Amino acid sequence: MEAILLQILNGLDKGSAYALIALGLTLIFGTLGVVNFAHGALFMIGAFCAVIFSRILSLSTVTEDPTRKDFLGNPLKIETPYVESWFGPELGSVLINWSVPLSIILAIPVMILVGLAMERGLIKYFYKRPHADQILVTFGLAIVLQEIIKYFFGANPIPTPAPDVFAGSFDFGALIGLEAGQIIYPYWRLVYFAFAAAIIAAVFSFLQFTTFGMVVRAGMADRETVGLLGINIDKRFTIMFAIAAVVAGLAGVMYTPINSPNYHMGMDFLVLSFVVVVVGGMGSLPGAVLAGFLLGILESFASMAQVLSVVPGINQIIIYLVAIVILLTRPRGLMGRKGVMEE
Amino acid sequence: MSKFSISRRGLIKTGAYVGAGLAMPTIFTSSANAFTNEPTGSTVTLGFNVPQSGPYADEGADELRAFQLAVEHLNGGGDGGMLNTFSSKALQGSGIMGKKVEFVSGDTQTKSDAARASARSMIEKDGAVMISGGSSSGVAVAVQALCQEAGVIFMAGLTHANDTTGKDRKANGFRHFFNSYMSGAALAPVLKNAYGADRKAYYLTADYNWGYTTEQAVRESTEAVGWETVNNVLTPLTQTDFSSYIAPVLQSDADVLVLVHYGGNMVNSLTNAVQFGLRDRMVNGKQFEIVVPLYSELMARGAGENVKGIFGSQNWDWKLENQLGSRYIGTNAFVRSFGEKYGFPPSQAAHTCYVQTLLYADAVERAGSFNPCAVVEALEGFEFDGLGNGPTLYRADDHQCFKDVVVVKGKENPESEFDLVEIVEVTPAEQVTYAPDHPQFAGGDLGTCNPGA
Repeated sequence: MEAILLQILNGLDKGSAYALIALGLTLIFGTLGVVNFAHGALFMIGAFCAVIFSRILSLSTVTEDPTRKDFLGNPLKIETPYVESWFGPELGSVLINWSVPLSIILAIPVMILVGLAMERGLIKYFYKRPHADQILVTFGLAIVLQEIIKYFFGANPIPTPAPDVFAGSFDFGALIGLEAGQIIYPYWRLVYFAFAAAIIAAVFSFLQFTTFGMVVRAGMADRETVGLLGINIDKRFTIMFAIAAVVAGLAGVMYTPINSPNYHMGMDFLVLSFVVVVVGGMGSLPGAVLAGFLLGILESFASMAQVLSVVPGINQIIIYLVAIVILLTRPRGLMGRKGVMEE
Repeated sequence: MSKFSISRRGLIKTGAYVGAGLAMPTIFTSSANAFTNEPTGSTVTLGFNVPQSGPYADEGADELRAFQLAVEHLNGGGDGGMLNTFSSKALQGSGIMGKKVEFVSGDTQTKSDAARASARSMIEKDGAVMISGGSSSGVAVAVQALCQEAGVIFMAGLTHANDTTGKDRKANGFRHFFNSYMSGAALAPVLKNAYGADRKAYYLTADYNWGYTTEQAVRESTEAVGWETVNNVLTPLTQTDFSSYIAPVLQSDADVLVLVHYGGNMVNSLTNAVQFGLRDRMVNGKQFEIVVPLYSELMARGAGENVKGIFGSQNWDWKLENQLGSRYIGTNAFVRSFGEKYGFPPSQAAHTCYVQTLLYADAVERAGSFNPCAVVEALEGFEFDGLGNGPTLYRADDHQCFKDVVVVKGKENPESEFDLVEIVEVTPAEQVTYAPDHPQFAGGDLGTCNPGA
């Protein structure tokens, strides 16, 4: 029982990342009709915004301590962060400690710029090209982006911890009346789940309750008619691309304390997220979210030692098995719309 | 006068034979040379095959730095590094056998097929007479087999699985790096002293040959000191989030988690384990502990705060000579050369690659020939010192180096970003030496050296 509850929590957590990336993928596909294989790279760029912001906050003055030696026997260099000099040691250290959530300040403009540059600079030239061309060019772009990150940050994961207050774990089992110590869960993973829920709710509300969102939804249903009404739907779709980039980027920022960012993390998530989109139904935003959580939970269960002892390796193929079953029984995915990718 | 005539069928057959001959890889064809890629000009080419992409790419980058430094020193550049402390004085900084050393590099991508393709290209197209590099035992075993077929020497870089000098050993292959058995033998007494003999261990093991042999070695060594093994779960190399694997540990009655992971996998699995509160956990009145059998400072940097207090083993550490004295002479010479050139201390991966390059060059000089069989003869049973690990033997039976093993622990209060592990103990070579036919190494056969050509 405890093991199952724990895996559900894990699955929700993993599903949060899948759902956020799949949500952005679906937004782009639903508006622009582009299969964006560089979407994982946007997730990675978001994570590295956290790394960069953390390094900016940690920029330091260097003084030498002649009483201690570095690895070459030279006087040891002591670094004092500027923020501690400017805001005092206490506030300065708090700012550094909260660098991950604070890096959202940097990530939003960066992701908007990256999204706009990507759409205006490259992807718009592939709107009328076959999906295969779009996949090839965006996959190539993803490789270029990850190699750039590797060049500047190396291939090793870079530790980017959560604020101290969220760094530990707590007895989730005791909260729901179970025996103490049976379900220990990290605070930050719950923060991540709550954050994902908030972002998903915000995107849905934006599309559902704003005039801009209404026009975008109308454009998704019938682009030509909306255009004939004198509305510049292309511009709105470009903005939606930037919003999708921001969603992926913020998912990356907040994911960094869970697993240290590395240049390959986008690719690690991309294929799975694409499967999530297909299972949810191409173009369906609720489908992407539902499938993200569903597949995240299934993957967690498949990784349990008890399951692996019966079917070794099932955790590596469970998502694809489920995708096959769902697509055989519901070819449009769980919540797919008629006509999408069927021409 | 005889008249030369040829039938249409004969012409086709002859054409087919000539075509097949031309299409055959040059490494399997004979030539005027006595052995594969015999250097005939004023230069000799070495091939450095390292992961430049994939999960071990940072280690590969450090290995490549070390190779470049070794080539510089062999050609008489820089301060000479360990050439000054090496017990053998055959190398004079004038290249190898008077030939200037050149090198080519390839990307293994941490994949066996890519590594073999890269090594094959270096042998066939670039004329490399020796291949070195590593960071994955799967890759090392594959490339070692290729070098054996091709008739060149393989001086393994970082490869820790028993198989490399166990069941997959080859006459043309040599390993300076320590192995899984040695890690287990060195770690078990230290773990017993630190955590007691009554412990229950749960293993998460990387699902490839290094994971299997390391899990076996650590399990057998710790069981010998009284520990019990609760479970062993294999994890895919591509796994990034280990939370699903960590969660069942909470439900077991294990009080130790052994993470048989390396590189980015270890960083992530350790981070996940700490996040799930395993280190704050008490089981059966005992503090829960985590062990990482194969440690590296690069990994420690990736794991950050999470490595504090965690035991592991290393082949070498840049602080050895400063902390434990002149037995480990060579360490400071290498650290100085590397540190002044690159701005940070070398990793153990860099060290082993640098040393392997010097050992190859030295063996050629002593043998007076680049012929792989002469090099094999010069390296087998070779005893040396001054390369940072203390007195070392290249055992003839399996081409494995025997030297002291370093047991380390994540440092609680590091003074700098390079000072992440503290040396807890150095286990003497005698305590980690095993018989060539030890069960963990059984089934292998060196065979005979292959000079190729």
